Amino acid sequence: MYTAADLRKGLKITIDNEPYIITHFDFAKPGKGQALYRTKLKNMITGSTLDRTYRSGETFEPANLEDRVMQYLYKEDDHYCFMDNTTFEQIHISEDAMGDAKNYLIDNLQVDVLLFREKAIGVDVPNFVNLRVVQTDPWVKGDTSGSDSKPATVETGYVLRVPPFIEEGELITIDTRTGEYSTRVKG
Amino acid sequence: MFFEEKGYLEVETPFRIPAPAPEAQIDAIPSDGWFLQTSPELCMKRLLAAGYPRIFQICRCWRAGERGTRHLSEFTMLEWYRAQADYRVLMDETEELVRAAAGVDSISYRGTRIDLSLPWERITVRDAFQRYTDTTAEAALAAGTFDELMVEEIEPRLGIGRPTFIHDYPASCSALARLKSDDPSVAERFELYLGGLEIANAFSELIDPVEQRARFEAEAAQRARDGKHGYPMPEKFLAALAEMPEAAGIALGLDRLVMVLLDAQSIDEVVAFTTEEL
Repeated sequence: MYTAADLRKGLKITIDNEPYIITHFDFAKPGKGQALYRTKLKNMITGSTLDRTYRSGETFEPANLEDRVMQYLYKEDDHYCFMDNTTFEQIHISEDAMGDAKNYLIDNLQVDVLLFREKAIGVDVPNFVNLRVVQTDPWVKGDTSGSDSKPATVETGYVLRVPPFIEEGELITIDTRTGEYSTRVKG
Repeated sequence: MFFEEKGYLEVETPFRIPAPAPEAQIDAIPSDGWFLQTSPELCMKRLLAAGYPRIFQICRCWRAGERGTRHLSEFTMLEWYRAQADYRVLMDETEELVRAAAGVDSISYRGTRIDLSLPWERITVRDAFQRYTDTTAEAALAAGTFDELMVEEIEPRLGIGRPTFIHDYPASCSALARLKSDDPSVAERFELYLGGLEIANAFSELIDPVEQRARFEAEAAQRARDGKHGYPMPEKFLAALAEMPEAAGIALGLDRLVMVLLDAQSIDEVVAFTTEEL
């Protein structure tokens, strides 16, 4: 248990059974009045924010979050299945909790899974992943439209803009932080 | 110079004392069976009682658990006490002191200008609740929301554009202050704000030892209810109080004043070392 005096920026606490991180913290005390602990909190699942003021004497349950390296196995209905490489334990993560990470999942990809009370609340994929282009229109020589990019679909079904010279079957690197094309993988 | 010209004597009193004022919301740091002072108030009032009519002191004070962008557990206080004066006299003197320290007619703090020319705003606690909240000071006290409303709704609006004295606090928020003779529901106490930051706290001193003992006992009982450690009753102070003249006293947070004058965002910027840096 934490007490109000333990509160500080970056601390993770549980409110209404959900994990929150303190994004802003300050101590306030009116003249001869009682100590007040003012916080801004961010829900680590939904991203929504709260302003809360606490008094000394209040207690808080820590939000124990666990970060585990896991390997992507397969998709089943609207769930994604991952395996812990050391314990071989398998877990399912819903499409909602996956967020944009689902755009980059190829077999055996290593990801960081954030767990709260045994439940996955987020998945971090590597900053750069290589994915094969499965569909894109050929580059028409003499195209005078002046367009410097065209749509392409990669093996996960994700669609992004790529330079005109990229052809079907080529491997490209995508920056997962922006979701944008980064470079062509030679060879 | 400021104080000498007004006939004040600079004094020094011990930092380490056996019995701080038993205030419900101020926690002293224990020191080898005694305590580090939370304010030089009690010793300075004993000097008033001993016959020194105008005294001032700049000293370190310590308060357990107080740390934030506006608080350091160890900080520097300027206190001055004046016999045969009430809190209104100290408002005037505080205006003079802050204007002299600033040396200019207007300062910039947190992106806004504060005009230091006179008159400064003076507003009662009652009027501030009426102006800035949906409730009254009495109702907020009864509901236990007085401090939250002060911090969240009122303080940020004080001292904006020009300095503000907020005065006449509810009697229950003023353990060592004299009550107003024409309205005993409030005490003759004020705080000074610049740019939403509390700079000083002052009051007309309570000099009735019987009443003071009863208030200390009430504060001590509140400490016990809150599960806080108790303090010995400051008997020598209470004995001296019978000899103390009518007086007013003020505690000004020197670090805070420097913050405002230098436009510092955090108290950390105005000290050489914070606790965390030691």
